[in-house]
Amino acid sequence: MLFLETLIGGLLAGTMYSLVAIGFVLIYKASGVFNFAQGSILLFSALLFVTLHEAGVPFVVAILLTILALVLLAILIEKLVLRPLTNRSPMTLFMATLGLSYAIEGIAQGVMGATVHELDLGIDDVPIFIGDLLVSQFDLVAAVTAVILVTVLALLFNQTRIGISLRAVADDTRAALSIGINLNHIWQIVWAVAGMTGLVAGILWGARQGVQFSLSLVVLKALPVLIIGGFTSIGGAIAGGLIVGASENLAEAYIGPAIGGGITGWFAYFLALAFLFIRPAGLFGERAIERV
Amino acid sequence: MDTHHTMNDTTILPRTGRLDAHLAPVVIKDGKSLYAWLWLLVLAAIPWVGSEYWINAIIIPFLILALAGMGLNLLTGYAGQTSLGSGGFMAVGAFATYAFLTHLHLSFPVAIFLGGLIAALVGLIFGLPSAKIKGFYLMVSSLAAQFLLEWVFVKFPWFYNYSSSATISSPSIEVFGLDISSAQGKYYWILGVVVLLTWIAINLTRSQTGRNWMAIRDMDTAAAVIGIRVNHSKILAFAVSSFYLGVAGALWVFVYLGSAGVQSFSLQRSFQILFIIIIGGLGSISGNFIGAAFITLLPLALDFVSQTLFAGMVDAGVLQNIQKFIFGTLIIWFLIKEPEGIARLLTNARSRLSVWPLRF
Repeated sequence: MLFLETLIGGLLAGTMYSLVAIGFVLIYKASGVFNFAQGSILLFSALLFVTLHEAGVPFVVAILLTILALVLLAILIEKLVLRPLTNRSPMTLFMATLGLSYAIEGIAQGVMGATVHELDLGIDDVPIFIGDLLVSQFDLVAAVTAVILVTVLALLFNQTRIGISLRAVADDTRAALSIGINLNHIWQIVWAVAGMTGLVAGILWGARQGVQFSLSLVVLKALPVLIIGGFTSIGGAIAGGLIVGASENLAEAYIGPAIGGGITGWFAYFLALAFLFIRPAGLFGERAIERV
Repeated sequence: MDTHHTMNDTTILPRTGRLDAHLAPVVIKDGKSLYAWLWLLVLAAIPWVGSEYWINAIIIPFLILALAGMGLNLLTGYAGQTSLGSGGFMAVGAFATYAFLTHLHLSFPVAIFLGGLIAALVGLIFGLPSAKIKGFYLMVSSLAAQFLLEWVFVKFPWFYNYSSSATISSPSIEVFGLDISSAQGKYYWILGVVVLLTWIAINLTRSQTGRNWMAIRDMDTAAAVIGIRVNHSKILAFAVSSFYLGVAGALWVFVYLGSAGVQSFSLQRSFQILFIIIIGGLGSISGNFIGAAFITLLPLALDFVSQTLFAGMVDAGVLQNIQKFIFGTLIIWFLIKEPEGIARLLTNARSRLSVWPLRF
């Protein structure tokens, strides 16, 4: 019973990791960047939303304004950071996003303050019984949100023109360019969409632990999730999130007491390392062939 | 037409860098060692010029950060292996040194050296996955090291000798019987360590080892094809890098701060050291000093500007965030304009000045 409850709690927490990881996958697919700034974009969007909401702006309007800001941010990032760095090595791009995360965190907290904001979504964070199992109601809502988000994204990528262009870019950038797809435009859209998944994740995380700086640290949890799931697969990101969430919870409950507890900080990384030794390109990643 | 062409060539050639370097290696070498001696002289004279505050609060952390940067630069700038675990390896150096000081009662220099070796061993272990995984995937290994080490040094009280504050602090530090707790004493001792390790690093990068590292950085498959023992070299790079970081960590606690917990070596420290080498210059020894100077002086400069311009109107929290924003923007700017950092900007400026006012 305890095992099942721990497992389910972990899986539900894992959907939150998946939500964050999906933002990474989108950007990685479209522009080959491991976007370290995803965490700070998440912080920025949640902070902006909560500041607007506290200032008396209605919920929906605040969401729309935040989305507008995210689109503007995506356009700025594309014009000022990505375009000048086209054709640089992935490592250079990664370091640029590290700089970007500092810049965004600095400006977000400099303008909107660094205090902890409470965010009440009207969902009680109380455990409820499903049959004999004790499950957090909040986690259930988060999981349902994740499912809805993934469905919307799947529709976007499979049914719309933009989505198909994006898949073309991800598949073969040069071929996509040659048939007239505007790469810069695609980047702007993808960064904006990734920002919106960040907003959803940010609001959910923020409602649970308050909107504050530590939100940007979820980026560190996303790395092992991506390693396990592969950088290029949304399905992988979801599976990775669930695996990390569940095993982390189980490890804390069963291994933790033996070695002093508090192992969630590093457990996911060792899990990811173990996965890497078995499958160096992640569960769903494609193995690259190297040529000299 | 033909003669004209050759004549033109001979007149132009001496100005191109390539022939220059070919014709005059001796002069260049002499010039460089002269610079090095001049720098040493300047560094040795600092205690007579600077106030005690400047030495304790700026110059000592600057030197230690430069040393830590050198450690990461050997790994990232030369061998091409990314690491976000610098803070963790610094912590190993510091806590191992502490163990040697308190449990084995070794003298300070010996303890630091052994602490560095322990850090090298830990670095070697976390470098082992580099044989199989690369790039972003390798970052997982270094992050695993960072978080595991932070956890270990909090969870197991043996490492901080069961002190209630979970910090380690320096017993009186003596070097060869001399007490070095004065600002000048600390400065000269750190300067000695840094100069020695810099000299070793320079020679290392010019040796077969360093060349192997650079070949691996540029393309490891090609390096393997020409017969370089890739895995061996990568793991060696992790060990050497961690030795430098470990020594820097021990100096940071016992000479600069006096007493510290593992919080001084968080992920933020790892980022700071990564920024030092990006801003200073990846794959450059002098770049570490430039980057470290930049990182230590920027907060002071910002403080000064905000105090003179806004006279206390801006509070400390906002200032810190402005600083963060400026750091981030500068990183991006450097990566776009000059991926090889300030060190490269200076080299360019020098080679431009050497032919001034002629254009090339």
